[in-house]
Amino acid sequence: MNTAEAFDNQDAPENQTLEMLRVQDLHAFYGESHILHGVNFDVKRGELVTLLGRNGAGRSTTLKAIMNMVGRRTGSIIINGNETLRMKPHHIPRLGIGYCPEERGIFASLDVHENLLLPPTVRSGGMSLDEIYSMFPNLYERRNSPGTRLSGGEQQMLAMARILRTGARLLLLDEITEGLAPVIVQKLGEVLVQLKERGMTIVLVEQNFRFAAPLADRHFVMDHGQIVEEITAAQLPSRREHLNSMLGV
Amino acid sequence: MTMIFGVPMAVFMGQLTLGLVNGAFYALLSLGLAVIFGLLKIVNFAHGAQYMLGAFAALLGFRYLGINYWLALILVPLVVGGFGMLMERFLLRRIAHLDHLYGLLLTFGLALIFEGTLINFFGVSGARYATPEILQGGLNLGFMFLPTYRAWVLVAALAMCLFTWFMIERTRLGAYLRAGTENSQLMQAFGVNVPLLITLTYGFGVGLAAFAGVLAAPLYPVSPTMGSSLLIVVFAVVVIGGMGSILGAILTGLGMGIIEGLTKVYYPEASNTVIFLVMILVLMLRPAGLFGKEA
Repeated sequence: MNTAEAFDNQDAPENQTLEMLRVQDLHAFYGESHILHGVNFDVKRGELVTLLGRNGAGRSTTLKAIMNMVGRRTGSIIINGNETLRMKPHHIPRLGIGYCPEERGIFASLDVHENLLLPPTVRSGGMSLDEIYSMFPNLYERRNSPGTRLSGGEQQMLAMARILRTGARLLLLDEITEGLAPVIVQKLGEVLVQLKERGMTIVLVEQNFRFAAPLADRHFVMDHGQIVEEITAAQLPSRREHLNSMLGV
Repeated sequence: MTMIFGVPMAVFMGQLTLGLVNGAFYALLSLGLAVIFGLLKIVNFAHGAQYMLGAFAALLGFRYLGINYWLALILVPLVVGGFGMLMERFLLRRIAHLDHLYGLLLTFGLALIFEGTLINFFGVSGARYATPEILQGGLNLGFMFLPTYRAWVLVAALAMCLFTWFMIERTRLGAYLRAGTENSQLMQAFGVNVPLLITLTYGFGVGLAAFAGVLAAPLYPVSPTMGSSLLIVVFAVVVIGGMGSILGAILTGLGMGIIEGLTKVYYPEASNTVIFLVMILVLMLRPAGLFGKEA
């Protein structure tokens, strides 16, 4: 399952695009319901951006549409220079993408170690097991427990940890702080900082704006299946009030 | 002569062995059904026919191509399993997005077609497949006479069950299968080729049925209907064991074979129905089955 070699040429400097992800006029449908209405945004290499918005604004669907997990999609999704709209779902992660679903998706019939080893390597240069276990010492202690016996926080760390092993360079993280204790949220924040330092590109769907604000380079606000506003980290202090009212917090 | 609960030891042990051998077939077949159901979510009604195809392939392979028993034991599961993969790829996959009941209907229809076609050519009376020479005769254990072939079937079936258990519970491919059974969409999002995994899994389940068919060929008359009568009992075994667990399918299969065998000793009239009585009891007390997980 190691497809790293096939992509080596794209990591060569002359092929390095500044852009990791470009989504253009993306529409997505679940059966008859039209969820995304022309989403446009881009993410530069090494950037951390957030998708903010109320529940039902289309943030999670945007991530799922990028992974080709929704019914039908139109528009354009370019990942690392590759148009992915016609790609099969299992080919998309092999472009170097790690996806962490909102419901975490920990497998009950696999123990922690097996959960961690499950996602196939998509590229070389992923974190080693030792590195991962030193980043998440709790997981090491509980490596032989069934995946779903872990606490919510530990499950979240496991869901993150297992996509770091695969060599993914673009992480799509859906509501990773949801329902977790402040101390765990803080730990996740530290992890994101470390991942950024390693040069990962991260798209963060987040409800917890106070968590996301200090981490992100740019924020995209979504409403009714569209991006309605882009706010850079520099603009943030002056726009905070406005953003709070938009998000209804 | 030693008596066990008023029955001669030799009779008791004889029926116990028969029960274990039947149980080994139940285990192999319910194992395949459980593996297929886990990932594809369809009840494979063609399982009995695929078992029958295994026996027939061994018979015809010997008759027309001179393929001996040992070669058949390896080749037939591969050929019939490969045929199963084609069935999955070109028929089952087309209806995978529909209600799983359609999968049940389709496999049932296919089973009827396989049976009907073979009946057309070979009739229903059944043919004999010679026991390989080395496995003829039996062993006198002192307290009972053990036919060598039955002992072999027991060993081979258990070894295959163990191999399957190992593949599913202890290997990376097995971890994919278990995870895919829980959430195949997320597996796709990790880059696992789930459609291929499904094809391989179906082929493997069918291969198990065909393996059981080859094992059965020297024991029972090889006839186009040999699978359908067995399948009903196997479904009852699966209901008793529950769909959730590989080890559960194996243990339930063997256990039900033993219960059936012992009923033949003590109350022969009930031997054909005892498994269904157990099924009713289990459904009343533990609807998810003995090893199944409550939904």
